[in-house]
Amino acid sequence: MTNEAVALTGWGLTMPTRAAVSSISSAAELAPLLAGVGNRGVIARGAGRSYGDAAQNGGGLVVTLDAINDVEVLDDGDVVAGAGALLADVIAPLLARGRFLPVTPGTRFVTVGGAIAADVHGKNHHVDGSFGQHLRWLDLVVASGQTQRIGPDGSPDDVALFHATVGGMGLTGIIVRACFGSVESPTDQMNVDTYRCADLDSLMSQMVEREAGHRYSVAWLDGMARGGKLGRGVLTVANHALTNQTPTNHALSGGTRPTESQLAMRFAAPRINVPPVPVSPLNRVTLAAFNEGYYRAAPRVRTGQQVGLGSYFYPLDLVGGWNRLYGSRGFVQYQFAVPDSGAAVIRQALERLSSIGAPSFLSVLKRFGAGNSAAPLSFPIAGWTLAIDVPARLDDLGPILDELDDAVLVAGGRLYLAKDSRATPAVIAAGYPRLDEFRSIRQGIDPAGIFTSDLARRLAL
Amino acid sequence: MTDALARPTSLLILGGTSDIAVATVRALNSPVLRRVVLAARPSERRDAVVAALTGSGMRGVEVVDFDAADTATHQALLDSVFAQGDIDYVLLAFGVLGDQTDFEDNPDHAVEAATVNYVGAVSTALRVATLLKTQGHGGLVVFSSVAGERARKSNFVYGSTKAGLDSLANGLADSLHGTGVSVLIVRPGFVHTSMTSHLPAAPLSATAEQVAQGVVSGLRRGATVVYVPAALRVVMSGLRHVPRAVFRRLPI
Ligand SMILES: Cc1cc2nc3c(=O)[nH]c(=O)nc-3n(C[C@H](O)[C@H](O)[C@H](O)COP(=O)(O)OP(=O)(O)OC[C@H]3O[C@@H](n4cnc5c(N)ncnc54)[C@H](O)[C@@H]3O)c2cc1C
Ligand SMILES: NC(=O)c1ccc[n+]([C@@H]2O[C@H](COP(=O)([O-])OP(=O)(O)OC[C@H]3O[C@@H](n4cnc5c(N)ncnc54)[C@H](OP(=O)(O)O)[C@@H]3O)[C@@H](O)[C@H]2O)c1
Repeated sequence: MTNEAVALTGWGLTMPTRAAVSSISSAAELAPLLAGVGNRGVIARGAGRSYGDAAQNGGGLVVTLDAINDVEVLDDGDVVAGAGALLADVIAPLLARGRFLPVTPGTRFVTVGGAIAADVHGKNHHVDGSFGQHLRWLDLVVASGQTQRIGPDGSPDDVALFHATVGGMGLTGIIVRACFGSVESPTDQMNVDTYRCADLDSLMSQMVEREAGHRYSVAWLDGMARGGKLGRGVLTVANHALTNQTPTNHALSGGTRPTESQLAMRFAAPRINVPPVPVSPLNRVTLAAFNEGYYRAAPRVRTGQQVGLGSYFYPLDLVGGWNRLYGSRGFVQYQFAVPDSGAAVIRQALERLSSIGAPSFLSVLKRFGAGNSAAPLSFPIAGWTLAIDVPARLDDLGPILDELDDAVLVAGGRLYLAKDSRATPAVIAAGYPRLDEFRSIRQGIDPAGIFTSDLARRLAL
Repeated sequence: MTDALARPTSLLILGGTSDIAVATVRALNSPVLRRVVLAARPSERRDAVVAALTGSGMRGVEVVDFDAADTATHQALLDSVFAQGDIDYVLLAFGVLGDQTDFEDNPDHAVEAATVNYVGAVSTALRVATLLKTQGHGGLVVFSSVAGERARKSNFVYGSTKAGLDSLANGLADSLHGTGVSVLIVRPGFVHTSMTSHLPAAPLSATAEQVAQGVVSGLRRGATVVYVPAALRVVMSGLRHVPRAVFRRLPI
């Protein structure tokens, strides 16, 4: 069904554009829709959790697949899901079989299609890589209206199209269905070790030291600390708890295990929602206090703590619509990756942003293992990734982030397209040396260029 | 479209040689800006503006011939500009000040000024609004003037053209609400530019750069009206309520 044009933004609530939105409930509806697309083109939209303009298409058509959300877990633990299914919908059926998502971003409210199109990474990237590396196949509706089942094996053209689609930000076609693997999770608990680190150097060295032996690792940084405290933060490393490590009611096998519907309730949408706020409560004062409090509340060292899987992976999902807290002008998440040799850029970014007093409530530092080198636009590269939220209303933000872009590029790094809302075409092209390869695959499968988005236009992808 | 920080990637300036518009283009420049279309009548001044902007490192500066009074040419001209790519902000900056005594002596001159300032604005603003709606995003920046808020006997012809322009922009702003397209109405007082260089400065005068800053901050805030300097908002709201008998005698 095609609705009146509506204004769409990403999670950062910046740069709205209007587009006609068409919600489809079967892949068969796509062929006629694509045949009638006008010169402003078409793009798929998942749950709108990318921060910038990736899932919007001003003046054109936006297709949502919310109704294509069936989920099936096969006997070997592989999942077959409609591209409109939320990862939240996949978790319960997986856990009911003692398994979990192979990769999950920091929110479970993203779609399978969005997870593939951004080739998302999780806290286990250093061990398990990105989401696209766990795909068996996907069904892609291409510009001609035909559906192609493509995967990591097959004819060279199909394989190339598959890898361009993974991380391809919806620009190769519309993913309608996918099959991906899962990992073992014998219980619904995580064994978590926490280390509070007083400065950036100690945090980074702890991260490197503790990544071996832990499937999951992530550090929260106090984005507002300066001087000697710059980059202080809290590192957590974790593994799935085993059945002999938890009380029996946490085991996902055996007589006392939770039912699938009990599990589904735990991972349903949050019941607390932030209303729209006219004036952002997030400012330098409140956020300095929040960061200070969070840091102080963490134990200096605590090992072997058991935490529910939901609160470990999805602390931000407790409250719905928290993005509204940044006020009507929205916010930007600046996320870059640099190789180990470029680690100094992390300090530079924290210094520059704290120098303008950028009030940040979410700053996350992660290790990356080897990247998904087959996929030309996949973001992760071995080394570090830093993500910092900053309100878009800050006056000096533009020049400071432009300057950081240069530092990231000099260090051999790149920006994450799923988060970008302010880079230049040149910065993206320099960070993704295989952009031309991506372009030629796209040109081959969609010569008229019907798949396009605000992101693609803004960054001349 | 603009980026999350309201920085444009492309601009169209109707009245591309205006001092205020050129200052605004400079203030909106950033690494994301890659196309600047100056629509203006061919002249040495136009060549000089292109040379100055390009010389200062600005990328993608283009010119198109544009006469605000020649409304029959507007649709084709605007269509071709938009056909080559989205425009994030359109600055409607053309205008003539004229001379009140001359207008009273030669009403034909007043008609010419009204044609440029008002008729030209009707013709371009409505067409631009449609093109912006088609692309689903964009902003129209209209350079109005406090002179239009309450016409003064010393320049009421110019004032009335600005009043018409201001009303047009106001109505357009409301009609575009919810379309993804916004209108910013800029109401400067006396600005030191080529338009006013022959006149003594009025109180609360501003530079073109100050007007440009007002535009940038208005765009970032998503404002509909900005006064430059901001204090004029209060002054004008006072002046609007001065009794006619007193207003008539004010030396303004
Ligand atoms: C709180 C929060 C935490 C996050 N944490 C992480 C993290 O840890 N790691 C990480 O990698 N990312 C993270 N993200 C980003 C998020 O995972 C990605 O932006 C993801 O792509 C969002 O999926 P979505 O379904 O919301 O897609 P949308 O935002 O709607 O779309 C994203 C892109 O996917 C494309 N797309 C969507 N569906 C389809 C389809 N069916 N076919 C083809 N293309 C499609 C769109 O065209 C668009 O280009 C986080 C985001 C938030 C809000
Ligand atoms: N300066 C002030 O005090 C002041 C105060 C309030 C509002 N404003 C308004 O701000 C705007 C910009 O003014 P400014 O101060 O920058 O003055 P300016 O430098 O004189 O600019 C006026 C511009 O209008 C253009 N123009 C005039 N007639 C035209 C026509 N028929 N077709 C196309 N373009 C035409 C001129 O182009 P040419 O080079 O071809 O002549 C010139 O670029 C105007 O609308 C003005 O009314 C000015």
